[in-house]
Amino acid sequence: MRKSWKQLDRLGVALASIVLGLVVGIIFILVAGKSPILGYHALWNASFGSLRGFTELLINTTPLIFTGLSVAFAFRTGLFNIGAEGQYIVGQLGAAWAGYFFTGLPMIIHVPLALGFGILAGALWGALPGYLKAKAGAHEVINTIMMNHIALYATHYLVNGPLKGHAFLPVTKEILDSAKLFRFIPGTRANIGIFIALAAAVFVYWFLWKTTKGYELRAVGFNPLAAEYGGVNVSRNIVYSMMIAGALAGLGGAVQVLSIQYKFYDVTAFIGYGFDGIAVALIGNNHPLGVVLGAFLFGFLARGAMPMQSIAQIPKEVISIVSASIIIFISAEALVRRVIPRFSKKGGVKDANL
Amino acid sequence: MVPVVQMKGIVKEFPGVRANDHVDLEVMPGEIHALLGENGAGKSTLMNILYGLYQPDAGQIFVKGEEVKMTDPNVAINKGIGMVHQHFMLIPPFTVAENIVLGTEPRKGLFLDMNQAIKQVEEISERYGLKIDPHAKVEDISVGMQQRVEIIKALFRGADILILDEPTAVLTPHEIEELEKIIRSLVQEGKSVILITHKLKEVMSMSDRVTVIRRGKVVANLETRETSEEELARTMVGRPVLLEVAKKEQEPGEVVLEIKDLHAKDARGLPALKGINLEVRSGEILGLAGVDGNGQTELIETLTGLRQPTQGTILLKGQDITKLSPRKKSLAGIGHIPEDRQKRGLILDFSIAENLVLQSYFRKPFASGVRLKWKEIQAYADRLIQEFDIRTPSQEVLAGHLSGGNQQKVIVAREIDRDPELLIAAQPTRGLDVGAIEFVHNKLVEERDNGKAVLLISLELDEILSLSDRIAVIYEGKIVAVLDAKEATEEKLGLLMSGAAAGEEVEADYA
Ligand SMILES: Nc1ncnc2c1ncn2[C@@H]1O[C@H](COP(=O)(O)OP(=O)(O)OP(=O)(O)O)[C@@H](O)[C@H]1O
Ligand SMILES: [Mg+2]
Repeated sequence: MRKSWKQLDRLGVALASIVLGLVVGIIFILVAGKSPILGYHALWNASFGSLRGFTELLINTTPLIFTGLSVAFAFRTGLFNIGAEGQYIVGQLGAAWAGYFFTGLPMIIHVPLALGFGILAGALWGALPGYLKAKAGAHEVINTIMMNHIALYATHYLVNGPLKGHAFLPVTKEILDSAKLFRFIPGTRANIGIFIALAAAVFVYWFLWKTTKGYELRAVGFNPLAAEYGGVNVSRNIVYSMMIAGALAGLGGAVQVLSIQYKFYDVTAFIGYGFDGIAVALIGNNHPLGVVLGAFLFGFLARGAMPMQSIAQIPKEVISIVSASIIIFISAEALVRRVIPRFSKKGGVKDANL
Repeated sequence: MVPVVQMKGIVKEFPGVRANDHVDLEVMPGEIHALLGENGAGKSTLMNILYGLYQPDAGQIFVKGEEVKMTDPNVAINKGIGMVHQHFMLIPPFTVAENIVLGTEPRKGLFLDMNQAIKQVEEISERYGLKIDPHAKVEDISVGMQQRVEIIKALFRGADILILDEPTAVLTPHEIEELEKIIRSLVQEGKSVILITHKLKEVMSMSDRVTVIRRGKVVANLETRETSEEELARTMVGRPVLLEVAKKEQEPGEVVLEIKDLHAKDARGLPALKGINLEVRSGEILGLAGVDGNGQTELIETLTGLRQPTQGTILLKGQDITKLSPRKKSLAGIGHIPEDRQKRGLILDFSIAENLVLQSYFRKPFASGVRLKWKEIQAYADRLIQEFDIRTPSQEVLAGHLSGGNQQKVIVAREIDRDPELLIAAQPTRGLDVGAIEFVHNKLVEERDNGKAVLLISLELDEILSLSDRIAVIYEGKIVAVLDAKEATEEKLGLLMSGAAAGEEVEADYA
């Protein structure tokens, strides 16, 4: 009973922050001398105005769910995974390579195999900073950031060298048809990737709260000394945790390649899915369900930016302002609670964990 | 005379509990007012309301006759109220002086005037006899000193009403004497003190008046000189309490724990254990007496696998367990009530149920394969909550939301219910009320009667003397004596603990 009340309370803060963020957007649109109604109409229509719009929303949302889950998972175990970006990139390359390298396989084997290579690459990318933290106490924030850069430049080298699959473009070969994810609405790019993402969210929930390993990881996250006292091997669990976080982001990269890109494109600068994942995790209060909703919100906002510019002549940066303000409002939870007095009425339960 | 503090009809509800139910409290100037009540009675809550940390659902607060809305601690501080919490709130890497002036730093232009700060700190410490080194880092000083820092911090902000929430629970007997002197010098200066403690002796010796709370309601308001320990215990718990432990004679059995020439280093890498030899038998409680910091912590940690010994062996029922991990030692039959409940013993962000299976979540019936079986875990928690009288509305409540004493009960319940061959109980009754102490003492004796071995580590000589069958004294990392409890007296132990070796007589006993 208590728990559900707390969750509702959190949801209230999130919703209030979204509304406040949109209000900030209105102010900026008015300052720019444009029409907020026209603007927000365009924003809405971009995702919900047509079937194609909606399927593209799903496609925008899918990678954010994965990177959001990756960050949230690590956070629940007491670690800051700033490395989802790099894990996502190596996941892409791993899946792309497995997608064209193995030939003659049936789809039922090739797809999981290619996804598996993405997972493996991401897991490795996460496990390394985890290992450095466990063995040498090196802070994972620094090392995951470092791993992002290594991912960027290592894949850059590979796709311009040994894995170059095109006469002059820095891309790999296209993956075989047997490795492509099923698209279920003809004429759109809607594919089963979104269901893999939702399954990953369910998995994270189940793993963290319903398994003994999840119990251990959360214990280490909250109080490593007490976890150690309870017989949990703290350093080993730090490695596991970062490995799983990396695997989630890596799977996200793999899904993107197998469903949309079909090949690995040289990443000249960070795409930002990993960093948006941090925002998504924050908005979703590091809970899998919250992450899914947060990813949809970000996917929705991102999709609407261009149409707002082309239809309502509102600079697309307004959308960045809206998403940034939502993040600020959610982080300044106390402030939002003050703005909306209803939330501040019940005191006492301060550090809600859900 | 106008009371300095008057609280009227205070009500505070938390989900599922009414922590304060129309509480009235009056404190006179220059008075030491004791607040007494069972674990979870609502004492800390009431004081947090007075200090502006919680908002009451109903009721009024008057300071020196004037009504005040305590919306946050700054209001309370401005009105001259200071509070030292049950669990300290200092910043470990900062120095003593930095901690004290934090938030009210004296400035020189834009900059912090540290010299001025140190001077002011020294003034206060001089005036009230609170000796302290302003340059020392908080993480390097003892708990007693940290408490002193908290007190000076409150005085620095001009407190003349000082709330002390269980200040003596973490102190050594010597430090308690010092604190008593400090409190006396404070009231001589005209300040008032509200003192929360579970130790009836302290209530009797220190306070002028006592307010007793039971389940959120005031049940008595007494003049200290007109009451007695027995009456206080009875009013507080609602039934007569045995202040003595009933224990029958019993022959100890085989050796359960055997420690041979154990050496270990402390956290700073200095030798802390210098050749410990000790035996604990089945069916006995062995009390380990010693001044804090003589190797007790390191001994416990080496025995439980949290610290690696540099030399020596540990045998459990004849089996070498010296190098085993904490998990393996726990499975081999060692239970452990850690001395610091918030550091090692609990995960404050976990529910009570989750905390109760901290040592056994991976085993039947709480897990099957990789799956946790929540139904079993919750049923188990409900049973222990009932059996150990943990005051909470449900097993879902976070451990961090329990009262201090009830947090301790969660740990005690978990470790005793596992029924280990060897139970290492460090400060097992820290922060418990008299009723709960009676209960835990009986449980420890019950373990002993059932043929289990109990190693009791306590700073309270009373507890050691009344529970133990044999008493070992630790001094500078060595066992300097092992006495039969019947021969031990407080004086004898005190002497041994201070390093005055008792010579041959001790050797003879030991063999
Ligand atoms: N932040 C909180 N959230 C929910 N419940 C709380 C919170 N703080 C206290 N409680 C509940 O209120 C009741 C009173 O707690 P309080 O800490 O005031 O007890 P106490 O008298 O100080 O006990 P102790 O002697 O054990 O420290 C308890 O049932 C406790 O579980
Ligand atoms: Mg308390």
